Amino acid sequence: MTEVKQPMDPLIEQLEQVKGRVAKVLELAKSLGADGAEVAMSRQQGLSVGTRLGEVENVEFTNDGALGITVYQQGRKGSASTADLSEKALTQAVEAAVNIAKYTSVDDCSGLADKEYLAMQAQDLDLYHPKALTTEQAIIIAKECEQSALDSDKRITNSDGASLDCFAGFKVYGNSHGQLVGYPSSRHSLSCVVIAGTDDQMQRDYAYDVNRDFSLLESGVSIGKKAASEVISRLNPQKLSTMKVPVLFRSDIANTIWGHFIAAISGGNLYRKSSFLLDALDKDVFPDFVSIEERPHIMKALASSAFDSEGVLTLDRDIITDGTLQTYLLTSYSARKLGLTTTGHAGGIHNWLVNDKNIVSRGNKEADFDAIVKTLGTGLLVTELMGQGVNIVNGDYSRGAAGFWVENGEISYPVSEITIAGNLDEMFKGIVAVGADVDKHGSISTGSILIDEMQIAGQ
Amino acid sequence: MNSVEQVLLADSQIDDAVLSKTLKSIMGRKVDFADLYFQSSQHESWMLEDGIVKEGSYNMERGVGVRAISGEKTGFAYSDDISPLALQQAADAAKGIADAGKGVQVQAFKRQSPLKIYQAVEPLGSLTQEQKIDLLHQVEAHARQADSRVSQVIVSLSGVYEKVLVAASDGTYGTDIRPLVRLNCSVLVEDNGKRERASAGGGARTDYSYFFEVEQGKARYLSYAEEAVRQALVNLVAVAAPAGTFPIVLGAGWPGVLLHEAVGHGLEGDFNRKGSSTFSGKIGQKVCSELCTIVDDGTMADRRGSVSMDDEGVAGQYNVLIEKGILKGYMQDKHNAKLMGVKPTGNGRRESYAHLPMPRMTNTYMLAGESSPEEIIKSVKKGIYAPNFAGGQVDITSGKFVFTSSEAYLIENGEITTPVKGATLIGSGPEAMQKVSMVGNDLKLDAGVGVCGKDGQSIPVGVGQPTLKIDEMTIGGTQ
Repeated sequence: MTEVKQPMDPLIEQLEQVKGRVAKVLELAKSLGADGAEVAMSRQQGLSVGTRLGEVENVEFTNDGALGITVYQQGRKGSASTADLSEKALTQAVEAAVNIAKYTSVDDCSGLADKEYLAMQAQDLDLYHPKALTTEQAIIIAKECEQSALDSDKRITNSDGASLDCFAGFKVYGNSHGQLVGYPSSRHSLSCVVIAGTDDQMQRDYAYDVNRDFSLLESGVSIGKKAASEVISRLNPQKLSTMKVPVLFRSDIANTIWGHFIAAISGGNLYRKSSFLLDALDKDVFPDFVSIEERPHIMKALASSAFDSEGVLTLDRDIITDGTLQTYLLTSYSARKLGLTTTGHAGGIHNWLVNDKNIVSRGNKEADFDAIVKTLGTGLLVTELMGQGVNIVNGDYSRGAAGFWVENGEISYPVSEITIAGNLDEMFKGIVAVGADVDKHGSISTGSILIDEMQIAGQ
Repeated sequence: MNSVEQVLLADSQIDDAVLSKTLKSIMGRKVDFADLYFQSSQHESWMLEDGIVKEGSYNMERGVGVRAISGEKTGFAYSDDISPLALQQAADAAKGIADAGKGVQVQAFKRQSPLKIYQAVEPLGSLTQEQKIDLLHQVEAHARQADSRVSQVIVSLSGVYEKVLVAASDGTYGTDIRPLVRLNCSVLVEDNGKRERASAGGGARTDYSYFFEVEQGKARYLSYAEEAVRQALVNLVAVAAPAGTFPIVLGAGWPGVLLHEAVGHGLEGDFNRKGSSTFSGKIGQKVCSELCTIVDDGTMADRRGSVSMDDEGVAGQYNVLIEKGILKGYMQDKHNAKLMGVKPTGNGRRESYAHLPMPRMTNTYMLAGESSPEEIIKSVKKGIYAPNFAGGQVDITSGKFVFTSSEAYLIENGEITTPVKGATLIGSGPEAMQKVSMVGNDLKLDAGVGVCGKDGQSIPVGVGQPTLKIDEMTIGGTQ
């Protein structure tokens, strides 16, 4: 079988070469008449292995590169991108962007980020931990993960398999303010999807882990067991009757609630007056025990970044303090539209930590989860959400859900085929507690969110 | 040599001999099947907001994907460089998985001339840059003229010109040129501090002249603007939707997203080969009400979801999935068809050369029935009429699916009355489809806006249906 090349050295070498190419592309843009230009170039290589029912299903070698350029010409903007990185294609891309800028309109707010906010150096955030695995080694890891799920319970009847993905790559960003920065990063993930039950009573569920550092990835055995226990717990679900009850969003899906909050305070929606949180700065959006901090420079973290996608230096920020909104999430463009300054959020957020000052951790995630289920008392624990029924303009929320009915602080039985509905503004203010059972899989570290009341629709 | 072969092969010093040699080098080991997928695409988009054209972008992609199949195993590698050397490196990586196959001979290429379901037009050059800009401004002006409560308009235009070439060890050799255009108008309306947003648009596998064609007495680009404003104004006065179980009447056209979620995904061959779909092993069984005949049709002229040939070189087909409620067959790609002992159905599709093909839908719709839309509405004492949806999602294993309305009304005593806010509807695929009790005579396809996501791959699709009634579904309102 094929041995995967040790990606580390060639990639770092390439990163330096790519910086040179980015500088050249910027020069070319200038020579073609652009008075401002920015170029982003990325490269990613990896191995993805999938196994199912103990056999190899897929072995994929990924190798992606892309270059994007935006030029500005007297307030007009043009963009182009290419996945073909030959000299000829890069020249074509620059020419295409310059040509487009002849036809777009003058926009006073467009242009590069202001020089004073740029990160002229890329701080090393320890994001690069490539792992050289042979396909055979990768297959063994995926097989072991799936086998652990299959062996966990007789009621596991089928599998959608396990997969191991290891990626390493880099990003380079440069602009005509003289900024030229880049950094390498890696990302490894292991996941498993299994099926329990038969015929019309089948359920599926999954478990996964993802980390920049392969050695910190949760073991396949543990991921497999989790997937099995999740799917077994879902068997023979019931529908609920239509009613209003307290709802607990389990920590692994609670990030979706913060995601709607992110959309509502993002500059693009604010200047378009398309958010239910217009003019919410310095106002109470959540109860006073809720705080959210952003920490972009946590070593090895998934959403760590020294600069945003416009090259703006990222900074530690308080987003919510004692329930009050401290900042919007702005790009240079949306900031200018709103008469403010950029907050370094082009391309998204960077590591949010959600905290409820009334909640004290009991020291382990399970106990912390049990504690918040006790706080729920009687109501709905949501573990899965379906569909896109969220309207950021007015905050209306209506989504499909599955989870568990909780009676007097104890999980009673699984439920499915119901919807939960409310209004995000009221849901935010109706938060009763945020658990200490923090999920750290994504860019938002949050515990489960307990909301005082939502409308459930069922039979 | 056609223009696709020129661009994808000849310009990179690749000829038949190189293709054969590459395939042979893969098949030398225990490989059952191998294919090479060459692709180039150009994509442009333009966006108008606040009365000015703020953004324009141009994207180029080009590459080759190499796949080797051995038993149930698939090896895959790709390169964004099309050259004999890159091709051989990708082939060497892809064949590494082989240990279960039989080692089949490479067949001589049989050059196919696929059906011309759409014309080989180049959309990007079909209007001058000035004309594209002018089109954006006209849509905006029309939306603003439609109502004084329109406070913002965003108009976007995009065009794709794609060339693909497939060469496979089974002798398949096919080329296709795939144009695709899309125009969208999104508006924000404001009245007494209340705001609502809505959007409308359409597209097809042709060039930009599509938007100037007159349909029902009006050029399409003008209809999109009016439709976006109309929907936003409806929602401005919408009241909270009810919560609970009600009869639902779905409008004709885009609400066919119901079929895509409740039935379509569950009938894709990969899930059924693995036995992971709620429809697995049910061929010949009654899975819907007998009023339902559902097809997946890749052969509709110029439709967004159509394929002259699929991404494995199999001609697009008209496939009956469900006939009068009885499950007839699944949608297949070559790999899953072979493992299940059936024929491929022209549903092997992939997002790009950098993605593996899978069984995917094309244009999925329900055939017309006999009821008039009016009598369907009249038959409902208290329920919901939903003529427009935002999108949906399905869990193919449990069969649970959702879709979210973007325009809906109460039905009271057989009459459409008050508009209600967007709400999510949830049901179980086979159960909901058994409860289809009336099917309209007004079959309509969507306007050409569908995007389907599966395993991280997005592709254009179409949906459609006549007006239909489901006796009971759960609607997730707040009242």
